Amino acid sequence: MTEKRTTKADMEKTAASDSAPGLLFSGADWDFNTLKATYDAIEDIAINELKLNVYPNQVEVITSEQMLDAYSSIGMPLMYHHWSFGKRFVRDDVMYRKGYQGLAYEIVINSNPCISYVMEENTIVMQALVIAHAAFGHNHFFKNNYLFKQWTDAEGILDYLQFAKRYIAKCEDRYGFDAVERVLDAAHALMEQGVNRYSHPEKPNLAEELERERERAKYEDETYNDLWRTLPQAEKDDEDLDEMRRKMRMEERRAQFGLPEENLLYFLEKNAPSMQLWEREILRIVRNIGQYFYPQKQTKMMNEGCACYVHYAIMNSLYDKGLISEGAMMEFIDYHSRVVFQAEYDDPRYSGFNPYALGFAMMQDIHRICVDPTEEDRKWFPDIAGNNEPIETLKEAWAHYRDESFILQFLSPKLMRDMRMFLIEDLSSSPHLEVAAIHDDNGYRKVRRALARMHDISVREPDMQVVDVDIRGNRQLYIQHTEHDGIRLEKSEAEMTLGYIGQLWGYGVTLQAVDHETGEILHEMDYTPEDLANS
Amino acid sequence: MLYIVDRRKNPKGKSLGNRQRFMRRAKAQIKKAVEDTIRTRGITDINSGDSITIPGKTLHEPGFHHARRGGDRNYVLPGNKKFVPGDRIARPQSGDGGAGGSQASPDGDGEDEFQFTLSRDEFLDIFFEDLELPDLLKKSLKQTTAFRTARAGFSSDGTPANLSLVRTMRNSLARRIGLRRPKTAEIRDLEEKIAALQAKAEKRPSGKLTKPDEDTLHMLLADLEEAKRRMKAIPFIDPIDTRYNQFQQIPDPNTQAVMFCLMDVSGSMSEQMKELAKRFFMLLHLFLHRRYEHVDVVFIRHTSRAAEVDEETFFYSRETGGTIVSTALEEMKRVLKDRYPTDQWNIYAAQASDGDNYSNDGAKCTALLAEDLLPKCQYYAYIEITDEREAEIFSSAEGETALWKAYAPVARANARFALKRVTKAADIFPVFRELFAKNRAEKLSGVKG
Repeated sequence: MTEKRTTKADMEKTAASDSAPGLLFSGADWDFNTLKATYDAIEDIAINELKLNVYPNQVEVITSEQMLDAYSSIGMPLMYHHWSFGKRFVRDDVMYRKGYQGLAYEIVINSNPCISYVMEENTIVMQALVIAHAAFGHNHFFKNNYLFKQWTDAEGILDYLQFAKRYIAKCEDRYGFDAVERVLDAAHALMEQGVNRYSHPEKPNLAEELERERERAKYEDETYNDLWRTLPQAEKDDEDLDEMRRKMRMEERRAQFGLPEENLLYFLEKNAPSMQLWEREILRIVRNIGQYFYPQKQTKMMNEGCACYVHYAIMNSLYDKGLISEGAMMEFIDYHSRVVFQAEYDDPRYSGFNPYALGFAMMQDIHRICVDPTEEDRKWFPDIAGNNEPIETLKEAWAHYRDESFILQFLSPKLMRDMRMFLIEDLSSSPHLEVAAIHDDNGYRKVRRALARMHDISVREPDMQVVDVDIRGNRQLYIQHTEHDGIRLEKSEAEMTLGYIGQLWGYGVTLQAVDHETGEILHEMDYTPEDLANS
Repeated sequence: MLYIVDRRKNPKGKSLGNRQRFMRRAKAQIKKAVEDTIRTRGITDINSGDSITIPGKTLHEPGFHHARRGGDRNYVLPGNKKFVPGDRIARPQSGDGGAGGSQASPDGDGEDEFQFTLSRDEFLDIFFEDLELPDLLKKSLKQTTAFRTARAGFSSDGTPANLSLVRTMRNSLARRIGLRRPKTAEIRDLEEKIAALQAKAEKRPSGKLTKPDEDTLHMLLADLEEAKRRMKAIPFIDPIDTRYNQFQQIPDPNTQAVMFCLMDVSGSMSEQMKELAKRFFMLLHLFLHRRYEHVDVVFIRHTSRAAEVDEETFFYSRETGGTIVSTALEEMKRVLKDRYPTDQWNIYAAQASDGDNYSNDGAKCTALLAEDLLPKCQYYAYIEITDEREAEIFSSAEGETALWKAYAPVARANARFALKRVTKAADIFPVFRELFAKNRAEKLSGVKG
């Protein structure tokens, strides 16, 4: 379909020469005037034809060195300092200099105004593509998708990062690099477990954050009493408590600590007995940043699909209006087809589904179903087939779904056939893999369900919870990993991460793996802090 | 609705802080990698940055992740060619093959090795670290060229401290003359005349001057007023008069130097001792490189025979035989005579040995040094490398080695000769402190073993 559209346009335009007066630009070079004119033309299409709803745009032109800088701090324009960002930087630097890896053409930030970085080395065609892709495609998605609306605060993120950067720099001054690094290392290890998946967090608000931080410091100053240091630490549990009361205690305790708690960083921030207030604040910063990125992880495929669909529609429209030349269009198609390339499973280049390819294919497929449905489509998608409102239908989908539910709802049999998807079942009890379903009538639903699950973050990331804490005894913390389908944690990784939890908690930690069906404890792992282990 | 911001002028290198933290974190590994590099690097290559590889393990960022294997899994793959439901496929044996793309770690953190490039400064920092160089020296060594300050005429702006009084006053004077600024003496003269006339008036009974005197007085008063106005309007020193001395950094006259590395390579020198010697030679090369634009290095190794060799052979090839130090000195003398005339070259020599020598050779060495070599050398340093355990024994006078015994009197008599015992890398630098101390002759009087 991709080809069809271009060839049609090609035939209409064969006569147009490169130097036609209506062109926005010719050649590869650009300046700020052409950039502005191109942006205006794109905006006209995006707002008036596609009817996108976007944040105001801010396009920032940067050099390749600055792009490398931005890379290393997870794409954010402001970030606190940490060695892991330096590590990313030196690696990207080497890869780039040796030519193993090009740089991204653009980085876009979910903020209001929506900031897109474009590199000065890009040709004007690339700049047009980037503006259409990021400044309109991603921007629309950020502004309208329910996950972003509920979980992130586009207005405040830059201010918050500024606050975080200053705060951590201040802590480094006050408590030393090593102390801060230790907390950040531990917090980063738990970043994936530092998000609320089900309950809503409040959006962080800078004024409130600052206020809370001040109160924390004030409270610390006011309540400081040197005598407390000299009190004996642990209280002995009463030996003669009967089982009943023990159980009641446990229930009370779990209520008191709000257990079970899926957000490990939140739990540690609120309850770790021996942490300093500034350490808690750092956990909170890492947690908030993790939460900010959580929707992006859940909608990677859709987000890219949306952006690709938008840039494809806009570039074609520019060409149809005679605003860009055939040469420019060829250049665009070259970039575009490289971006949405999907290697097959037996190709050495294969490394999973390319979110750009799958996303773009699904968006184009929905467009097709709306405009030109087959009988099969009418059966599978009675709601949208032939409704002739492709843009409206897509915008609905972009607003109300995430990758997993989007696939479950919209992946069509035709696309499964086109991409020749098949389902492999890999059972530990069986000596070989089995093809469980392919792209045929019996298999469509199975393949679709499995693909949706592969895009479900809660399946891909381990299910971890804080379940209990022995507050009156030795303060042992109990963390549970619920094992699904016998998939364990990577052992060495888990050991190290458990060490980080122990470091923050300050006392022993036990990691229990429980079966998600029977609830029985499968295996355990313990961490004992060094100072306790020696005594 | 659009803002286009040109950020290209913004400072790059925002990641510097992160890079420094990364270097701190990986310090132990980086140091080891640098030491390995030093081992394999040529003496003259020390002056550049390098790409190093460190193990990725300590830089690992762990987290709770699913294991890549085990358990029951389902995955969807694209590009089916021949499979139908129920087909069985042998489990790929190695790695994750074509399957399991979604389980791959997000950014390839699992890699075992980590390669990146150190800048020249970072490299030298680490190289200097256990040599315990003073900070100031580290800084000056890192500068590629030496500069000295020289006068470079005058300029119309500068700091008050550099004000050139003579020039400024000369300009001021010329301007004052040109604009006819009245001198103080002229004004005083006018005032005196007026005062005289006024005094004259008081003496007269009428209290008034005669008509001509009256006119004169009026004229004088007008002149005085005009003079005072001009004086006010034309400043004594105007900013346009000021001139400042200007200074310029000009590179120190760079000439050429040759550095002789002499080393005992007989069996008694262990690899570790050679390693130390190499550090010593490297540092000397750095020092010389800073002083001289062109530095030649000559390697002479000796057992009971001596030969000029290339660097590779010098450090790494093994040789057996006794030890006769004078052969090396002879060889150096020969090379000096053939290729390095003293009027064109600054000659430096560094000798490293464990102190063994053929017992009758001492006198010959002393003579060669004192009569032939030292008069031609800028400086000759002898370092005796001893095992750390042996160092205890040698701290007493009786423990002196054969070579030390022979060299010690030369050192006492000659300021261009220095000798030192070295057991670890940190001992190397003091030799250089003496070498580059400003007033070498005085300092050297205090040098003893």
